Amino acid sequence: MMAELHTQTLAELSAGLKAKQFSSVELTRHFLQRIEKFNGELNAFISVTPELALAQAAAADAQIAAGKAGALTGLPLAHKDIFCTDGVLTTCGSKMLSNFVSPYDATVVTRLKRDGIVMLGKTNMDEFAMGSSNETSYYGAVKNPWNLAKVPGGSSGGSAAAVAARIAPAATGTDTGGSIRQPAALTSLTGIKPTYGRVSRYGMIAFASSLDQGGVMCLSAEDAALLLQSMSGFDERDSTSIDAPVPDYSATLNLPLQGLKIGLVKEFFETGLSEDNARPVREALAVYETLGAQLVEVSLPNLPLSVPTYYVVAPAECSSNLSRFDGVRFGYRCEAPRDLMDLYKRSRGEGFGAEVKRRIMTGTYVLSAGYYDAYYLRAQKIRRLITDDFTRAFQQVDVLMGPTSPTPAFDIGAKVDDPVTMYLNDIYTIGANLAGLPAMSIPCGFLGGLPVGLQIIGGHFAEAKLLNVAHRYQQATDWHKRMPEKYT
Amino acid sequence: MSLTRNDVDNIAHLARLAMTDAEAPVYVESLSKILNMVEQLNAADVSSVEPMAHPLAGQVQRLRVDAVTASDEHEKFQRNTGKVEGGLYLVPKVIE
Repeated sequence: MMAELHTQTLAELSAGLKAKQFSSVELTRHFLQRIEKFNGELNAFISVTPELALAQAAAADAQIAAGKAGALTGLPLAHKDIFCTDGVLTTCGSKMLSNFVSPYDATVVTRLKRDGIVMLGKTNMDEFAMGSSNETSYYGAVKNPWNLAKVPGGSSGGSAAAVAARIAPAATGTDTGGSIRQPAALTSLTGIKPTYGRVSRYGMIAFASSLDQGGVMCLSAEDAALLLQSMSGFDERDSTSIDAPVPDYSATLNLPLQGLKIGLVKEFFETGLSEDNARPVREALAVYETLGAQLVEVSLPNLPLSVPTYYVVAPAECSSNLSRFDGVRFGYRCEAPRDLMDLYKRSRGEGFGAEVKRRIMTGTYVLSAGYYDAYYLRAQKIRRLITDDFTRAFQQVDVLMGPTSPTPAFDIGAKVDDPVTMYLNDIYTIGANLAGLPAMSIPCGFLGGLPVGLQIIGGHFAEAKLLNVAHRYQQATDWHKRMPEKYT
Repeated sequence: MSLTRNDVDNIAHLARLAMTDAEAPVYVESLSKILNMVEQLNAADVSSVEPMAHPLAGQVQRLRVDAVTASDEHEKFQRNTGKVEGGLYLVPKVIE
């Protein structure tokens, strides 16, 4: 008997489509039905686009019949609602954009569409990607499929919940301080944030432009390689896009790991990590040793400063980026403004949620006259110290490893009242964003029934190496195949 | 670092954010907490460090040819607001 469609990876589904075991329309209907059945309790999607999906699936079936199918033709996927989609509501999880129908596609959307991907809909997220629990969304909290009382992580929490519950086989995400890796860890998924500049930011609604990077959340490193292949590469419409060739990510997945040098980041294991939570990570490291890798302790002495550095740099960039929301050209507009100042202030005051306003105000403060040197300039200098630490580490080792998140998924509501406690969820992930490095999270076990993620960080443009390192682990273990009982 | 209500009112004005009396004390408290956390940065010696503005070393800002590449789609773009007349965005009267 053939395995249920929703339990298969993209690679398996692609093979099934080519072998005509099922059509893209059948596959798409299967996922649309699962969304219909489970999205109510998960709140993973903001918009579902069944008509568009079925039309794209029919077009994909025609391609397959004509023998013109590529690796992704006919495979369904959900887009994080931060990616602009032509003619489709694009909210970024905010009341501010709750009426915004994008007039164009993001480059990521264009490229996946070009390669035959079928869009199921748009996933829920923390408002403007500012959050680590998906509780700041105007559209409500997303539930973790492993335990509906827990958060799925954030900001790509809707993408995480959708894939973990197998109501979508894969989803896009974005990662400014951990927003792909942390939710991937909390829901037992494979998630990768590429090198800064590898994936175009065009049409990806900006939060902090020197940190934002698009990526994917899926069931295996093999699937991540397929999607990243399509999404990556130079785009003249993104001024910081990198003009460098994209290697064949699938071709190197199986390279042996004999002699691989893995750096264990000392600071990761010293700060805020309980022994219980460290155990699955240490067990994963032991698996790597059996695969021929060598473990070396490395120190990133400035890493403990990454959270305060980030919470100056990211809000500063956010306050600048979000100044475009003025109530005039698009987005929410207040009723009956008295004058122009009132139009700006009330449209923004009423259209943004509390966490977004907090970050805009933090950014405004650290950039304001008299404080710029003390906060922003100082943070940019420390950003260099942190980056230099990583550069030194990569002179000794091939990849760095450690936990993705200090704890497994926490209770919905547990941290909403204290922003600083919430910010500390990103303690292990922010460093890679500050240094522009590619990083991923892969499932490596459970603690109290909740998933734990292993983080792998590589040097600039080492995506192929990361995917290879993750894939070999997934060949030797089956953590990535575990599913939440209710959604099997 | 502790901010006052007055500081927060001033920041909200600079950020063009209307703030209700109920919201203000919440921001006074949480922004003060964030700035306290950020004060850890004072521990680092940055006297001889160049600030880093771009995450990849040696990247140069690319320039494009000064030529028209986009087509005029203002009607499509302006469908995202109800306040348009004759192709122009409408705002409250600015000049008395």
